[in-house]
Amino acid sequence: MASLSHKYIMAAAGVFLMLFLVSHLATNLLLLAGDGGKSFDNAVEFLLTNPAVKIMEYVLFAGFIIHIIIGLIIEVHNRKSRPVSYHVSVKSDTSAFSKFMIHSGVIIFIFLLVHLYHFFFVKLGLVEPYGGAQSAHDFYPMVVETFKNPVYSIGYIISFLFLGFHLKHAFQSAFQSFGLNHDKYMPAIKFVGTVYALIIALGFSIIPLYFMLIY
Amino acid sequence: MNLKLKIWRQKNAAQKGKFETYSLQEVSPEMSFLQMLDYLNDQLIAKGDEPVHFDHDCREGICGSCGLYINGRPHGPLRNTTTCELHMREFKEGSTIVIEPWRSKSFPVIKDLVVDRTAFDKIIQAGGFVNTNTGVAQDANTTPINKIVSDRAFDAAVCVGCGACVAACKNSSAMLFVAAKVSQMAMLPQGKVEAADRVEKMVHEMDEQGFGFCSNTYGCEFDCPKGISVEFIAQMNREFFSARVCKQNHS
Ligand code: FES
Repeated sequence: MASLSHKYIMAAAGVFLMLFLVSHLATNLLLLAGDGGKSFDNAVEFLLTNPAVKIMEYVLFAGFIIHIIIGLIIEVHNRKSRPVSYHVSVKSDTSAFSKFMIHSGVIIFIFLLVHLYHFFFVKLGLVEPYGGAQSAHDFYPMVVETFKNPVYSIGYIISFLFLGFHLKHAFQSAFQSFGLNHDKYMPAIKFVGTVYALIIALGFSIIPLYFMLIY
Repeated sequence: MNLKLKIWRQKNAAQKGKFETYSLQEVSPEMSFLQMLDYLNDQLIAKGDEPVHFDHDCREGICGSCGLYINGRPHGPLRNTTTCELHMREFKEGSTIVIEPWRSKSFPVIKDLVVDRTAFDKIIQAGGFVNTNTGVAQDANTTPINKIVSDRAFDAAVCVGCGACVAACKNSSAMLFVAAKVSQMAMLPQGKVEAADRVEKMVHEMDEQGFGFCSNTYGCEFDCPKGISVEFIAQMNREFFSARVCKQNHS
């Protein structure tokens, strides 16, 4: 497969995942409604019963897997492209985030595994419901239980900080990969990307803070 | 000025190299970087030592052969400047300058600071040319080209093929070089005809030569001595995409 095709696939999967993050954040913010989880439960109920969501779940897994596998292929290939490294490492001014995509990616991946264990595996029946949940679909008590654990919550916030770094580069990078770079629009795209990264990182992070400190 | 030079010395492609340190006295701040190396070599030759090998030709920033990796920057600390146009006044008295060859699997070291850039020639041979007869000089004036378009094509055409983009890139990717060549010709009427074919062939050859994959870190743009913009990489991404998706197969 051509080098550029890797870029297109990476970017397409990335854009899909970025859209997913928005919908996931919207659902999660319902946890802050202060209604004992009613609105959150309603949203969960909808997501668990809607057939379109069921299909999207498979697409989502495919998106993650493709993004991760292509990312690893690129990383391995790139490492091989410079067998002898420099004595003085490259000082060219590039955004720090762009240099550490694989590192932030690995941190996000580890988070993803923990996240799957806590919620998706419960849904599949591989892990017993906890936190006083009535059933494997009764997520609100489980959310409260996990977020009250400061170790989990701090790990969660750190992961989202790294996701923010990842997205800061990713957003404009996706445009560039599809050839959508124009000096008239790129500054605006970069700005929106920064705002997007901030919203995702902060939006997800205030939820554990709420459960740890206020709830 | 007095300087300490830490230079990569390597007998040939097969042997392992190592850094050698030299102290150089009374370097004039007005010397170009290459003149400074000439000055060092004069002294080495006088002592009967092997001079430091480095690539150079025009010494006026147009041939692209003088790439050296100086203190962690291709072509040294000054932006938009080739090594031959860099002057010693950019360095501090008494400082140590580390000089390395370009590092990339696709640019093997031949000797000391000289690397083999055949990979770039191969990419050009794959499609970096125009097959149509463009006539003699005055014929160029009979082909109407929008000034904005011709200026932009020229912005890409200033690429001297030095390889600094590969040297600067954390992935050792040649995208900026290939993008400049692809874009320059795709924008002009004479080159447009073969644009789809050209981008596919050149990208294919770039991959064959083992360059890394671009991850949009833009280090190439920062260190390009000719200030070529990564917008051309975006243009190549578009050209390649449409070539792949829309190209009609002729049977
Ligand atoms: S020697 Fe020709 S560009 Fe430097």
